[in-house]
Amino acid sequence: MSELDTIGFGLILIAAAVGGAAILTWFERRLLGVWQDRYGPNRLGPFGALQVMADMIKLLTKHDWVPPFADRAVFVFAPTAIVVAMLLGFAVVPFGPELYILDLNIGLLFFLGMTSLAVYSVLLAGLASNNKYALLGGLRSAAQMVSYEVFMGLSLMGVVMLTGSFSLRAIVEAQRDLWYCIPQFLGLFTFLIAGIAESHRLPFDLPEAEHELTAGFHTEYGGMKFAMFMLGEYLGLLLISCMITTLFFGGWLGPWLPPIVWFSIKVFALICFFILLRAAIPRPRYDQLMALGWKVMLPLTLLNLLLTGVIALLLEGA
Amino acid sequence: MMATLFYLAAFIALLATGLALTRTNAAHALIYLIVSLLAVAVLFFLMGAPFAAALEIVIYAGAIMVLFVFVIMMLNVGQEGIEREREWLSARNWVVPGVLAAILLLELLLALRAAPATTSGVAVTPKEVGLALFGPYVLAVEIASMLLLAGLVGAYHLGRRFIVRRERRR
Repeated sequence: MSELDTIGFGLILIAAAVGGAAILTWFERRLLGVWQDRYGPNRLGPFGALQVMADMIKLLTKHDWVPPFADRAVFVFAPTAIVVAMLLGFAVVPFGPELYILDLNIGLLFFLGMTSLAVYSVLLAGLASNNKYALLGGLRSAAQMVSYEVFMGLSLMGVVMLTGSFSLRAIVEAQRDLWYCIPQFLGLFTFLIAGIAESHRLPFDLPEAEHELTAGFHTEYGGMKFAMFMLGEYLGLLLISCMITTLFFGGWLGPWLPPIVWFSIKVFALICFFILLRAAIPRPRYDQLMALGWKVMLPLTLLNLLLTGVIALLLEGA
Repeated sequence: MMATLFYLAAFIALLATGLALTRTNAAHALIYLIVSLLAVAVLFFLMGAPFAAALEIVIYAGAIMVLFVFVIMMLNVGQEGIEREREWLSARNWVVPGVLAAILLLELLLALRAAPATTSGVAVTPKEVGLALFGPYVLAVEIASMLLLAGLVGAYHLGRRFIVRRERRR
């Protein structure tokens, strides 16, 4: 692609990601309704799809309030960090053989870096709010995200070992014969869990658990600033789905249909799966969450790494 | 183009570090420090070391600084902490460290004049970094791993002792 095309594609991608995240808010509530045997939002427009517009108008026209006891500059900056970091993460995702913005030879590490920077949004929001619930939510999220980041990166090293590259395009190309979801099923499992914990969605949404922390780190936020947090969270969901598709389900690869259609189908299926997880699994206690991370998931990733290394060496020798 | 980007990132790094040193609010200082680390990552990238740049973001900006912010949140220093910091930052306390740093800077400038620093300007791929680490520098990797293991054992020991004590009291 020429430079101008890349810039155009980038703008389209930002619009699509933000729009997709907005529609996801409605879609998730509708789908949850179906699975829980109720309607969900169904009043505005066909199937209630205009609910997104109504929510947007409400959030945009709300009073943009900063509490007098908050640290003003940090309070305003915090919600933007997660949106910027998540949108930057999309830069390395290959949507088709020629449809990408950046093909870095450290693409995978770039993605990990961006997700780890998104933590600051939650952390600084909790710190700047000067509110005990927000502070507790921020503390929880810091501990949760740092713990789950450890094996999030490690769970992907099996994929890197089999491909021999950090470039996401090379990883997709290496899956022509066999998608990595089969030889790397342990990696897929651990990355999936880490992905949910990183985007702190239910069942791992302890930083904002409403029955114990009112609303966690965004207790003091309202209007557009609150909407930015929600946008960031849904962008995170989209980004994690895109990454799982790229790393484990062959990205754009697939017969008959054009590459971008295959990519979209896979991402859509994964998003539905994430929503199903939210509908089906209750929230664990906080100590259970940390114990799961360190005592089950980390050993599993190390085991996966060991097995992958042994098999890769054996195949090389054969 | 590359030179402009380099000097821009270097300027941001210096400015952010300076601000990080002089802020009285610990949280603000940490945010400037994070910006400084990100600027250094950009510098690494421009110098042809993308792997080092990525690690700078993932490990320093993404993990270590998160723990720093975590500690600041746990301490919850508030307004009195800011007052105390302001007292400590008085001009008198700057004299000795300032003179020492100036001497070091002078030394660095002289050293650079004698032998100008050169970079190859060729991008180093992650694979080359790995081969170098586990080839000629494998001893350094092993020493680092021993150090980390010692840290891990130490942390385990500290955490363990307090649990036992609490049980005995019961």
